[in-house]
Amino acid sequence: MNIISRGFRGRQRRDDDRLPPGQYLVEDFPVLSAGPTPRVPLDRWEFTIDTETGRTHRWSWEEFTALPMETPTVDIHCVTKWSKLDTTWEGVSLDVLFDDVESAAEYALVHSYGGYTTNLPLEDLLDGQAWLVHRFDGEELEPRHGGPARLLVPHLYFWKSAKWVRGIRLLDEDWPGFWETAGYHNYGDPWREQRYEGD
Amino acid sequence: MRRRLAWRAARLHEARAETATARTLVLDVPGWPGHLAGQHVDVRLTADDGYTAQRSYSLAKPADGERIELTVETVADGEVSPYLTEVIEPGDQVEIRGPVGGWFVWRPDGKAPVLLVAGGAGIVPLMAMIRARRQAGSRVPFRLIYSLRDQDGRYYADELRKPEPGLDVTYLYTRSAPPGAARPAGRVTLADLAEGGWPADFAPDCYVCGPTGFVEAAADLLLALGHTPERIRTERFGPTGD
Repeated sequence: MNIISRGFRGRQRRDDDRLPPGQYLVEDFPVLSAGPTPRVPLDRWEFTIDTETGRTHRWSWEEFTALPMETPTVDIHCVTKWSKLDTTWEGVSLDVLFDDVESAAEYALVHSYGGYTTNLPLEDLLDGQAWLVHRFDGEELEPRHGGPARLLVPHLYFWKSAKWVRGIRLLDEDWPGFWETAGYHNYGDPWREQRYEGD
Repeated sequence: MRRRLAWRAARLHEARAETATARTLVLDVPGWPGHLAGQHVDVRLTADDGYTAQRSYSLAKPADGERIELTVETVADGEVSPYLTEVIEPGDQVEIRGPVGGWFVWRPDGKAPVLLVAGGAGIVPLMAMIRARRQAGSRVPFRLIYSLRDQDGRYYADELRKPEPGLDVTYLYTRSAPPGAARPAGRVTLADLAEGGWPADFAPDCYVCGPTGFVEAAADLLLALGHTPERIRTERFGPTGD
């Protein structure tokens, strides 16, 4: 039983089964990051997948943008409590990038230009659940929102959708990332309200 | 695995106006575990029909036992902030969960000089760092650069006016500067951060907090002055920070 705050009535009261517990809707697109925004020139950009056996798969910007694109429309949920519905992106399904990757690893550690990291089970990146995106709402993805390219894993809190993504390391053991070692939940399912360690 | 952060009942002890639109709430939270300067809490409100809403707010000072302080800015059309700035009265209850956040924090055993760069309401977690420094008797030198619209928008004005050894405060007014001010009103510039901050050679820890546009600009300027990205920690109060 919650404690009642006298005189509080609330305003949103939207009966929406698309809004996870504790979240509220926004129309704009707030920005959250832990440090300065890195600027990555496209001619030096690359994306890699390193397997647990030491093999590296590598894409240049040209190679990445030549892959078959998808345009997912998804709801995104930030651990700071805002949710944004029907966001439209363009990018490559991770299923395409993992097509030639042989791996028995269970875990992925995503790393970014600027040093950010986040971890998740490999299975959460596959089967149509994740994309490497370079366009948002019909436009090039701005640096402040993670451009040139960011990960998009909309079924988990948005800190898992690493901005300025540079690559993915596949690991036999789970390796907690940046926020995951700073008090936030290791998995981050918004529907189970897994915000913080122990939730 | 650590135990879940519990929701705790909190009772408003007193409230103080900081500006026409911001209020500091002093809350008693039985069982409060303590916190670091820069951390925040989640506040949950429940209506009498069971409807709930929650938002995050920065802690404004070190804990005094089980007593904590938050400073909340009213967000127009907000859901939670207008309740906290206009409705809640001493004795009323909310729920609090925290402390949260292990990155945008200053620890009293820190040795590096500190540069605090605040935009508007972004002063709150930085003020917690200034107060934590004072409480710990730290001699680490601090500089605060506080950008805001005009003098009326200043939080903690009396406290920041008092001279404090090792703390330099620079105000940057973006919309209207006080009469006779040497610096005309305007957004933060490279010169502002060079003059009010530390040389990059001193390798200060930089904490930047405010609205997104401000944080982006200030962090880029700090990089341009030669500060390394690893020493620039940012936290944003978006327009939907509520």
